Amino acid sequence: MSTKEVMEKTENVKLTAKDFATNQDVRWCPGCGDYSILAQAQRISPELGIPREKFVWVSGIGCSSRFPYYMDTYGFHSIHGRAPAIATGVKLANPDLSVWVAAGDGDLLSIGGNHFIHACRRNIDMKVILFNNRIYGLTKGQYSPTSEKGKKTKSSPYGSIDFPFLPVNMAVASGATFVARSIDRDPKHLQAMMLRAAAHHGLAFIEIYQNCNIFNDGAYEPLTNKETKPDHVVVLEHGKPLIFGKNNDKGIRLDGMNPIIVDLTKGEYSVSDLWVHDEFDSNPGRSFVLAHFSDLKDFPAPIGVFRQIQKSTYDGDLFAQLDEVTKMKGKGDLAKLFRSGNTWEVA
Amino acid sequence: MAKDFEVQVLEDVTIRFAGDSGDGMQLTGSQFSNTTALFGNDLNTLPDYPAEIRAPAGTLYGVSGFQLHFSSLEIQTPGDSPDVLVAMNPAALKVNLKDLKPGATIVVNENAFDSKNLKLAHYDVNPLEDNSLAGFNVILVPLSKQTAAALEGLQLSMKDIERTKNFFALGLMYWLFDRPLEPTSVWLEQKFGSKPVYLEANKKALTAGYYYGENTEVFTTRYHVNPAKLEKGTYRSISGNEATAIGFVAASHKAGIPLFLGSYPITPATEILHELSKFKNYGVKTFQAEDEIAGVSSAIGASFAGNLAITTTSGPGLALKTEAIGLAVMTELPLVIVDVQRGGPSTGLPTKTEQSDLLQAMFGRNGESPVPIVAASTPSDCFTMAFEACRIAIKYMTPVFLLTEGYLANGSEPWKIPDVDSLPEIPVNYWKDKETYQPYLRDDNLSRPWAIPGTPGLEHRIGGLEKAHIYGTVSYIPENHEFMIRMRDAKVKKIQDDIPNLEVLGDKDADLLIAAWGGTYGSVSEAVSNLRRKGFKVAQVHFKYLNPFPKNTEEVLSKYKQILVPERNLGQLSKMLKMEFLREVIQLNKVQGSPFKSSEIENKVISILGGNNVN
Repeated sequence: MSTKEVMEKTENVKLTAKDFATNQDVRWCPGCGDYSILAQAQRISPELGIPREKFVWVSGIGCSSRFPYYMDTYGFHSIHGRAPAIATGVKLANPDLSVWVAAGDGDLLSIGGNHFIHACRRNIDMKVILFNNRIYGLTKGQYSPTSEKGKKTKSSPYGSIDFPFLPVNMAVASGATFVARSIDRDPKHLQAMMLRAAAHHGLAFIEIYQNCNIFNDGAYEPLTNKETKPDHVVVLEHGKPLIFGKNNDKGIRLDGMNPIIVDLTKGEYSVSDLWVHDEFDSNPGRSFVLAHFSDLKDFPAPIGVFRQIQKSTYDGDLFAQLDEVTKMKGKGDLAKLFRSGNTWEVA
Repeated sequence: MAKDFEVQVLEDVTIRFAGDSGDGMQLTGSQFSNTTALFGNDLNTLPDYPAEIRAPAGTLYGVSGFQLHFSSLEIQTPGDSPDVLVAMNPAALKVNLKDLKPGATIVVNENAFDSKNLKLAHYDVNPLEDNSLAGFNVILVPLSKQTAAALEGLQLSMKDIERTKNFFALGLMYWLFDRPLEPTSVWLEQKFGSKPVYLEANKKALTAGYYYGENTEVFTTRYHVNPAKLEKGTYRSISGNEATAIGFVAASHKAGIPLFLGSYPITPATEILHELSKFKNYGVKTFQAEDEIAGVSSAIGASFAGNLAITTTSGPGLALKTEAIGLAVMTELPLVIVDVQRGGPSTGLPTKTEQSDLLQAMFGRNGESPVPIVAASTPSDCFTMAFEACRIAIKYMTPVFLLTEGYLANGSEPWKIPDVDSLPEIPVNYWKDKETYQPYLRDDNLSRPWAIPGTPGLEHRIGGLEKAHIYGTVSYIPENHEFMIRMRDAKVKKIQDDIPNLEVLGDKDADLLIAAWGGTYGSVSEAVSNLRRKGFKVAQVHFKYLNPFPKNTEEVLSKYKQILVPERNLGQLSKMLKMEFLREVIQLNKVQGSPFKSSEIENKVISILGGNNVN
């Protein structure tokens, strides 16, 4: 299903999001971007054709990690950074479950970075939703592994000297088979990305640009403000050229692996000269180029599906191997196991 | 023609094989053990190897050893001091000489005593020539040359020939101790079936070693150790790590739920992962995680989703798992954590044994965080205690520690194979009823219900934040927090009603009680029986349950005027006994990476009760 088809489908969703809301008071700060992400998750869940009891939301520690308490599914609010590892155990215990991880940028990329990259590498069939607000919220405002260099925070009063991660690149490089990005303030797009992720078999990763209105307010302002958004966001769609700008007047072409912004109004370049997005490109190279737009001056932030490929999943292979060995050796007999190796009788 | 040799019948023998870590001493030792087990002796082994995989040849720190003690009587230890040392090079001789019994037999590979090896072993003078071994029965065998001669004509490199000499040594020992070659031949056929030249070479070396004993006059006596009168039944030889793995499979079978292991390789626990990863046709899932934390975390996730979940590690790994174990305490999910203890702190002595993680298991978490602890006492007891740890974890919805140690994990002994039907069932009742479900409702055991994802109508959230009694919602109410802390504490204490009492062995009216735990069982038992034979009145209790302690602990301790607690740490059980029962105890502590010799315990008792020391 293309993003467009998914978006059209969501237009007609008969909302039963209430079925996924718990009776717990949501305790995020008023105005927090997490509210939108929760709303979109509750909205798309009934659409997936999965019984409610088969959903498991797993989180670590951080503001966004309260997420499972507000989804009326099975949920596990665990410890800092470990959500991907716990979710892995859940999936391997019962592969019929639809397993989702909700994590912040500190949780997933700092303390939990190792678990994140290894979950991607194994291509475990689970969805990892990154709430990227580029700040530590729950500990009241320190720079995070996605904060821009030079950021002044309580723990970096003279500016942070850390370079940030590009989460999309981490996911692609680590072997995630579905990698997308969306924005909290674009609910339709976010729903579409969640539906696409849900439909993907394998590790699906969505980076969501999420505003922390208390400690990092306006981090994504240019990307969400109606006036500035067209010049700062390029929407990725499979088979479509990369066009952005208020009047769709700008495009991006590729010179080798170098992206170049071109003006479509001057007659020098036309739409046919532009980079046409291929979600299913088996070569990950162009996903990296797209993710690197944020390091380049004047380039828009891509949102949409960066990449989707098919690979066998760890959970699928694990159970296939159990079946295969059982077929080969026969179902295990405990008495035989006890007697394996040399035995002798004492009369 | 075979000569007539005097055959001397011995009650028990301790042999140590020692050589370079590349000399195959562990293999030689384990082959001798298997053959000896099949022959019907009781036996107990102590593999001892360096942390380096292939330390430089000929060096003192590269020496690898395998000690085994076999007997026509029941035995409990790998033997205090070897009667026989097989030394493959000068370094092996130098490192092991101090441990030998006076007058012990030393079989040396004389070909390895060249100037290079002597220098590597820091010998200025060849010890075979300077009379420094007077008092020992030294047997010089041209092991390397004889092996090479036996393999003449085979298409083998010098290196391969050299690597076969351990089978020559093994064959020679089989002759000396009157053991059959058959079990090792069968093993070789299985191992080298697809490599005929290696099969032939090893078999030839083995046989040549055997006939070297038969045809030369280096030995004047052969020794015979009769089979032991063990309890009737079918036996196999088993190591602690094998027994642990099989115990878990048995528990999974008896609980009727799949076994999930989340683990990260670490010495000396890794073999449990190796073993369990073979058992796929038993439905066993093994997940080699990216680190120790992911190992335990994945197990917690699997437990939430209804599997029998375990994680296996050693001390440093346990330190990493600490926070997640606290999460399992808070979420009250069944989980078994195996700590195969090794020398600490930090990386410590990775390949050496110790029992110094008791307090880490007991207290190594933030907050009031009680976790039941069980400990195995012998290699085969690892089976029983692994099974028991699972039973407690499931029944009481709690993480449980199983403490073993390197010496039990790698050591082996005969195991009387239990009847599958004789093992108790482990009831698992996943909660199903929607109407009555509450995540933190408790049953008579104070356990909360196990409601697994996939069950309609029981959707609920758990986590590390404090939860409201019964309802399981996040609660910051002060009184609820204290209530839940006391509840978790009471639940673990209640397990006391469900575990066996301490059994006092030895003299009930003894002057002194030895209280020990874990892998000291063998040394203490042997010391107690030796002491009693000498007329001392001594009693023994062994703790296999360390949290909670057995119900009669206080009563038992109160009966004895003096209590000796031998431990291979600085007094961790001693501290716990003092703390809980306000009892003064006498400590005997040794932290040298090896088990107690029973004589060390005997001498301590004698020094307390008065009398003459033993050697």
